[in-house]
Amino acid sequence: MAPHPGGLTVHTDVHVDTEVHVDIEGHAGTGSVVRVRGLTRRFGGRTVLDGLDLEIGENEFVALLGRSGSGKSTLLRALAGLDPDVAGDGEVDVPANSSVIFQDARLLPWQRVLANVVLGASGAAAVRRGQERLAEVGLAGRERAWPNQLSGGEQQRVALARALVGEPRLLLADEPFGALDALTRIRMHGLLRELCERHRPAVLLVTHDVDEAVALADRVLVLEEGRITVDTPIELPAPRQHRHPRFLEHRERLLAALGVTQEPASPGGRPATEETSR
Amino acid sequence: MTTQADPVTTRPSPSPSPSPPPTPSPAPERKSASPAARRPDARRRRRLGPGRPIPFGAAVGPLLLLAVWSLGSLTGLLDERTLSAPWTVLATTGDLIASGRLQESLLISTQRAGLGLAFGVLIGTVLALVAGLSRWGEAVIDGPVQIKRAIPALALLPLLILWLGIDERMKVVTIVLGVFVPVYIHTHNGLRSIDQRYVELAESLRLRPTQFVRRVVLPGALPGFLLGLRFAVVSAWLALVVVEQINSTSGIGYMMELARQYGQTDIIIVGLVLYGILGLLSDGAVRLVQRRALSWRRTLAD
Ligand SMILES: Nc1ncnc2c1ncn2[C@@H]1O[C@H](COP(=O)(O)OP(=O)(O)OP(=O)(O)O)[C@@H](O)[C@H]1O
Ligand SMILES: [Mg+2]
Repeated sequence: MAPHPGGLTVHTDVHVDTEVHVDIEGHAGTGSVVRVRGLTRRFGGRTVLDGLDLEIGENEFVALLGRSGSGKSTLLRALAGLDPDVAGDGEVDVPANSSVIFQDARLLPWQRVLANVVLGASGAAAVRRGQERLAEVGLAGRERAWPNQLSGGEQQRVALARALVGEPRLLLADEPFGALDALTRIRMHGLLRELCERHRPAVLLVTHDVDEAVALADRVLVLEEGRITVDTPIELPAPRQHRHPRFLEHRERLLAALGVTQEPASPGGRPATEETSR
Repeated sequence: MTTQADPVTTRPSPSPSPSPPPTPSPAPERKSASPAARRPDARRRRRLGPGRPIPFGAAVGPLLLLAVWSLGSLTGLLDERTLSAPWTVLATTGDLIASGRLQESLLISTQRAGLGLAFGVLIGTVLALVAGLSRWGEAVIDGPVQIKRAIPALALLPLLILWLGIDERMKVVTIVLGVFVPVYIHTHNGLRSIDQRYVELAESLRLRPTQFVRRVVLPGALPGFLLGLRFAVVSAWLALVVVEQINSTSGIGYMMELARQYGQTDIIIVGLVLYGILGLLSDGAVRLVQRRALSWRRTLAD
């Protein structure tokens, strides 16, 4: 990944007054990787993000919940700098070396798997790192496959390898497992946690799945009416059990915050995945 | 040379069955529980559709035509001056080869078409890239090309003859004018239909402009370019036929035009067959390139 020449201030567009500070060193003293102040985004007359503040610390795994249409993707795209045409302002500090995982794996169909992983880089060292990442996501030996020879879950694993190949300081993921079946999703959770523990990026994971958020994150946010209305740390004993009483407690509270009325969890079984979009 | 002479269809119609439109996003294939599982040994086949392919099905029609033609010549229903018998055509081909006339005409015609094709493809591609990669380029280039597209290349012939005379230059330029348009149109279209999501991906990976062009833009536009190339090949032969028959002293078209003056239908048919073979061969070549270059698309489909 091409490192930015450090400390840039990018004024993204005429009608966006957002100052996007892209820096490599991070903020001396604060220890935060992401700092957002007064972020506003409007579509037409509708204000989707309304003076939002957000900080994410070094190595912190943050999950972002919110109803459908609450602006989660809008926020993520603002952090990723992918919204130069959207009206709004605010201050966004993100590291130059950050990467994005989209809901679709978004592999270039005309590049082989390994070439997709090292898309942003070139050289022998990058290829070696790409091979390592592929091995880490369990796809060693598939380097020469075409993306459409892979299953959906495998494609998403390639996307994960691609996102981590540059050792990013920030990983932005917008419902990366939304298109996967429940079983594959659980395996991907394990994989994502494992890889994040190894490479230690800060993570902002957008999801609509409360269980996913509680199972993975150090901290869960709820976005509502353009602001973060819930910001709660998740402390659970190491291999997180879905049946752990504190897990269920977090889950109930978050579901309540999302306005989902909930019947008592089915005894004994893993509670069904809740969509917050209702 | 082939014995299979087909006097009617020398060229495939100017629309060689276009390959499916570029689909950059891989369509995930779903496997459904197959009802054929009930009879495991029964040949699985599609219930709808025209049915199983006939072996050598493509040869049936031409062979039938050849048979009718032979029969007509044998029974005398076909006058030798209207249409020479297949064996006469064969013998004439032998004579033309022996005298070297056929090779000479073939060479000069192939040269013209090849030169026109090469320059036309080059110009069409460059224009498409400029128009596809910059708004200014598009503003300047696209309009004139669309206007040119509405004017058949052959309609420009009188002007070209006035400007360039009737020598090789005029012939090659006419072919170029016929060739660059389809290349431009399809390549430009391919460029513009590159999925916006890939552009976003490239941005999120902070690809440099050169990397972006090499890894995303060019491969993404390749299916369009190759489709354009297939149309271009057809256009090249089409333009060749016309320029060779109008004002020429060499080439296959000249050979045929001369034969017309002497009423030699056998030589005319040799020329037609030659055009047909050249067209089929070049189309086959492009399709081969297409298959190899786009192998990433064929993985699940077939
Ligand atoms: N490009 C756009 N043009 C106009 N409106 C938009 C655009 N993108 C998003 N919006 C609007 O902004 C609001 C927030 O959209 P966003 O995609 O951020 O929601 P979300 O929280 O990600 O929802 P979901 O969970 O369904 O993905 C929606 O009401 C949407 O209609
Ligand atoms: Mg979204």
